[in-house]
Amino acid sequence: MINSSSAASDSTSPPHDAASPAASRARWLFGERRRPLFTPYLFLAPGFFVFALVMLYPIVRALQISFYEWSILPTAESVFVKFANYERALHDAVFWRGLVNTAAYMVATVPTQIVLGLIVAVLLDTRMPARTFFRVLYYLPVITSWVVVSLLFKYLFSSDAGFVNWVLHDGVGVLDHDVAWLQSRWTALAVVSVLGVWKGVGWSMIIFLAALQTVPKDLHEAAAIDGAGAFRRFRHVSLPAIWPTLLFVTVMLVIGGFNVFISIFLITGGGPAEETEVLLTYMYRQAFDFLDFGYGSSIAFLLTGIVFTLSLLQLRFLRRPTEFRA
Amino acid sequence: MVGSTYRQGGILTLRYVLLAAGGVVMALPFVYMFSTSLKAHAYVFEIPPRLIPKEPTFANYQSAWSSNSFDRYFLNSVIVASATTVISVVLSSMMAFAFARYEFWGRRLLFGLLLIGLMVPTMMLIIPQFLLARTLGLMDSLSGLVLFYVGGTLALNTFLLRGFFENIPKELDEAMIVDGARAWTRFRRLFLPLSKPALATVAIFSFLASWDEFVWALTVINDPDKRTLPIAIALFQGEHATSWGLVFAASVIAVVPVILVFVTFQRHFVGGLTAGAVKG
Repeated sequence: MINSSSAASDSTSPPHDAASPAASRARWLFGERRRPLFTPYLFLAPGFFVFALVMLYPIVRALQISFYEWSILPTAESVFVKFANYERALHDAVFWRGLVNTAAYMVATVPTQIVLGLIVAVLLDTRMPARTFFRVLYYLPVITSWVVVSLLFKYLFSSDAGFVNWVLHDGVGVLDHDVAWLQSRWTALAVVSVLGVWKGVGWSMIIFLAALQTVPKDLHEAAAIDGAGAFRRFRHVSLPAIWPTLLFVTVMLVIGGFNVFISIFLITGGGPAEETEVLLTYMYRQAFDFLDFGYGSSIAFLLTGIVFTLSLLQLRFLRRPTEFRA
Repeated sequence: MVGSTYRQGGILTLRYVLLAAGGVVMALPFVYMFSTSLKAHAYVFEIPPRLIPKEPTFANYQSAWSSNSFDRYFLNSVIVASATTVISVVLSSMMAFAFARYEFWGRRLLFGLLLIGLMVPTMMLIIPQFLLARTLGLMDSLSGLVLFYVGGTLALNTFLLRGFFENIPKELDEAMIVDGARAWTRFRRLFLPLSKPALATVAIFSFLASWDEFVWALTVINDPDKRTLPIAIALFQGEHATSWGLVFAASVIAVVPVILVFVTFQRHFVGGLTAGAVKG
């Protein structure tokens, strides 16, 4: 995926001419030597300055803040408290509930998005009319803003005259009463998870579809001649071929699952009574409602640590498809 | 291949049935949103709910656009997203050119730092970024939003463009060097024109990311005149909890440009998304 080894260099020398010393010095600094001294840095400077200022510096700063009882006022002194903010998190019941809720959201949404995305991709992986139409349709929720779809689902699942209650209760009759979806922990998390799957399935579908199209057609044909049915062809031909993609999608979805924020923030606000708080909503509230920047930063760092660890573990244990198929 | 035409036809029908069933689930929330935006306030909580409004009206759109300042918020979003897109594409294509065509001291380190920026969850940095914006006097300003959006999109854009630039044949560079073209000329006359599809991809990514961004804008913008569409919609819903018709009229106003951009450029979009994700 990342190819940092193939360093490109200008292999040709510029036409040699005996110019003045000033001109030759200028060429040495900016010109087309094998290793021009300044040219690449001049191209990098403006972009990298912005990147370093608003991304790299804040990373370092976040770590620093997490070790302080941070004072919001520039004039007041911040107190260095070592690991106190981290210890506080480990003894904070709401932090743990947020972690459990985040994990629950992940467990509910990641496998579902993978399976549904793969099914839709397999269905679309053929020459058929209206293929682009379906691809665009399934992808629409992905590009729609989280704010809009969160408010939309809040309205669809509202308890008074909500569309979903009407369908399930009066329409299909699965429920014998209206459900107050957003008023209790697990139903509210279910709503947010349904939203997450609905919004995300198009993304995994697009990635899987691109991967399936790289599977050689003659492999499928050979397997078909050997008498393999569609399901066995999928399992023994397509699945091993798209395994790296499956791994990539899993890692990205896990990271995405841990970053769940806007939907909870706008649909339940972490309520009722902090029951549906996830790590990021709790972090945001600590920082910008209670102005406890030190504690907020430590939660952010714990979250990042968990995400990085999980990604590494996944890459380590899901690497070889043979292990999985055994 | 195996299977009669009859069976193949049956499978194709099954495909359509399943895809259409899923498609209804994908489309229904949007349809209901649009239909609600056409309903007068009295019909928003009507039982049974109607997909096709009884007396459709554009009153919500008029009200959102003029009396609730969504014209202003729309303009703010256009300014912020356009500026972010232009600046980010220019800066990231310059960086990608340096990474793709030069060997220099610190090359691997700088590229590694860029990849860190790609992996760090953006929410993690919101506290130090808030302090930075305050120090720089960029609270409540649209240019402050642009600076941070550019910083947030640079890593991905540079990464994607570098991959594309590396595939441009070196012979073309060499031909231009022989003609005496300096680096900037090659960048402008060779790399940019040849990379239009890749540039379109990163431009669309940057535009959509900054058009939809919510958390950062919510955190640093307090002045109602500086609101962008996402925070304006969320705050409006918070203040007028039951005015769903108006909320969704504003939402449709925010979503339609995104859908138009996506449908027009969806090929570039898919290409950029899957670059790096799929081998081969």
